[in-house]
Amino acid sequence: MEQVSTLERILRGIAISFVIIFFMFPILWIFLMSFQTNETILQVPPQLFFEPTIVNYEGLITGQLETAAGSLKIEFMGNLFNSLFLSTAAVIVGLILGVPAAYAFARLKFKGSEDIAFTLLSFRFAPPLLVLLPLTIYFQKIGLADTYVGLIWVYQLIVLPLILWIVRGYFEDIPADIEYAYRIAGHGFWSTFRKIALPLAGPGIAAAGLLAFIFSWNNFIFALVLASADKQPVTVGALAFITASGINYGQIAAGIVLSIAPTFALAMYAQRYLVEGLSLGAVKG
Amino acid sequence: MSDVMLRLENIDKFYGAIDVGVHAVKNVSMDVAKGDIIALLGSSGCGKTSTLRMIAGFEATSRGKIHLAGREVQNLRPVLRNVAMAFEGYSLYPTVTVRENIAFALKSTNLSAQKVAEKVKEISDMLEISDILDRSPMSISGGQQQRASLARALIREADLYLLDEPMGQLEPQLRTLLRGRIKHFIKERGQTAILVTHDQTEANALGDKIAVMENGEMQQYASPSQIKERPANLFTGTFVGEPPMNVFPATATLADDNIRLQLEGSLELNYPKSRFADEVCSKLIETKHVIIGVRPYAVKRGTNGAKATVIANQWLGDQSHIAASFANGTIVLVEHDRAAVSEGEDIVIEIDPSDLHIFDPHSGDALSHGRDLV
Repeated sequence: MEQVSTLERILRGIAISFVIIFFMFPILWIFLMSFQTNETILQVPPQLFFEPTIVNYEGLITGQLETAAGSLKIEFMGNLFNSLFLSTAAVIVGLILGVPAAYAFARLKFKGSEDIAFTLLSFRFAPPLLVLLPLTIYFQKIGLADTYVGLIWVYQLIVLPLILWIVRGYFEDIPADIEYAYRIAGHGFWSTFRKIALPLAGPGIAAAGLLAFIFSWNNFIFALVLASADKQPVTVGALAFITASGINYGQIAAGIVLSIAPTFALAMYAQRYLVEGLSLGAVKG
Repeated sequence: MSDVMLRLENIDKFYGAIDVGVHAVKNVSMDVAKGDIIALLGSSGCGKTSTLRMIAGFEATSRGKIHLAGREVQNLRPVLRNVAMAFEGYSLYPTVTVRENIAFALKSTNLSAQKVAEKVKEISDMLEISDILDRSPMSISGGQQQRASLARALIREADLYLLDEPMGQLEPQLRTLLRGRIKHFIKERGQTAILVTHDQTEANALGDKIAVMENGEMQQYASPSQIKERPANLFTGTFVGEPPMNVFPATATLADDNIRLQLEGSLELNYPKSRFADEVCSKLIETKHVIIGVRPYAVKRGTNGAKATVIANQWLGDQSHIAASFANGTIVLVEHDRAAVSEGEDIVIEIDPSDLHIFDPHSGDALSHGRDLV
């Protein structure tokens, strides 16, 4: 074990505290804002101690947005459900398609396999706006505009490359001989994939799934253009907080807290997988 | 054909396109009799593991046929070939215990749990891994993993056992012990096995026959004693044997009923013509420029021969290895007693013609061994 001097420990502690404060402060501040009214939020100087209120959360849950100009109806809980449904479905579809594809790219080297894999990854390089206009036109023609199926399909542009590249790295890290050992003992290709490759790549698949979920959840532009009010996720739905009579910061903060809560909880729960998945799979590959 | 378990017919392996890619295995043919243990011996990258993997079905053959237990198998999937394999990289399933790894190989059979447990016990006792059966493969040493992998292969009932460097990670003492036990285990059951190794002691100890490979080609396929006493070419001669065979270029001439082998550095070895078979004499004179080879233990110190100067004398506890400068090169002698010669001392080298191996310098093929023509 490396010997660490007291001074070094203190300096490290300070550095780590600084980083934690830097990244956690906005989250903490949003959390505090969500329990305040616009008046206390806009106070100068800002107050750390205030009388908390749950009126913002009430407004969001009941769908009744109170503004200075009067009452406004919003669909925040519907948006939250849309986000959950779209992201979950997109990840499930992405895993069903992406994991076998990643295995094929890792194990079956065929002519052009690298090119195909790279083409799939290149979807991540292209700005979403590039594909949005043609997609909108096509989707309107084939009746997929403003449908969950259409959105889940488009979300594959985000989800599939991510899953493919992370999981592929994981499969490549499994020595092929482990699978051969299983196959030679009397098992077929499919059973080897299910019983050996999938469990061994489990952490990578979990990490890829989680990241894909977070990326889907945070997507804004696809849903903005391709979905109408009743199919919109929270990222787009949050626009409703900007009203003609001003911006209700308290309710925005409450909306943010509610909308990051699922991904935050998921990330906290699975942070070990996330770190492993990113460091072992895609990078090491 | 009935007692042939495995037949390789003109096997070629290219990595990449046929005739364009890397030619890893070149036109290899061999028959393996049922119940034999064959050692595929060669240095790294010689094509021995590729050959093994083609037999197992993990690599496709580029050309040629593989017959296993009377069936043509080169196009069959590994699962249908009925072979068992111990992998060089162990390849144990990391998520289950050593015991489960070994027993796993029997899952597709209909053996009762009790029978499986008995077999696991028997094989783990033989390989001295009974005490680690309930541990995870990740928590045991490389040598233990290697034995677990070997156990997983040997526990199965298969037509052919493929063992890829199965003892490379073991300590010398254990290796010697296990070599004997594994050989006994395989022989007792009449099993057929192919062992890939770069360790010639292992090949000699385990193999009924040794297939020496180099550069993708089969150099010689014969019994260990034949390989040692009658190497087919210069490569086999110098590759098999420890210390390696001494080789020197020589010019053969006939002078007064004597065969004179003129070496570099104005040295010569003279032998009465009668010490060689007539055909050997004619071949030597006809070829003229040859390479002579002699095993270190066949080189003697004497009074009537060619001069050499000692460079080093090492006593290894049971034998002396003497290196001496000779014919513009170095000759190594092995003596079983402690040799009383010191650095810089002149000695006289004697080589009995019955110990001489003569090779063609161009093709490398052996021309004669001792008295006899190849």
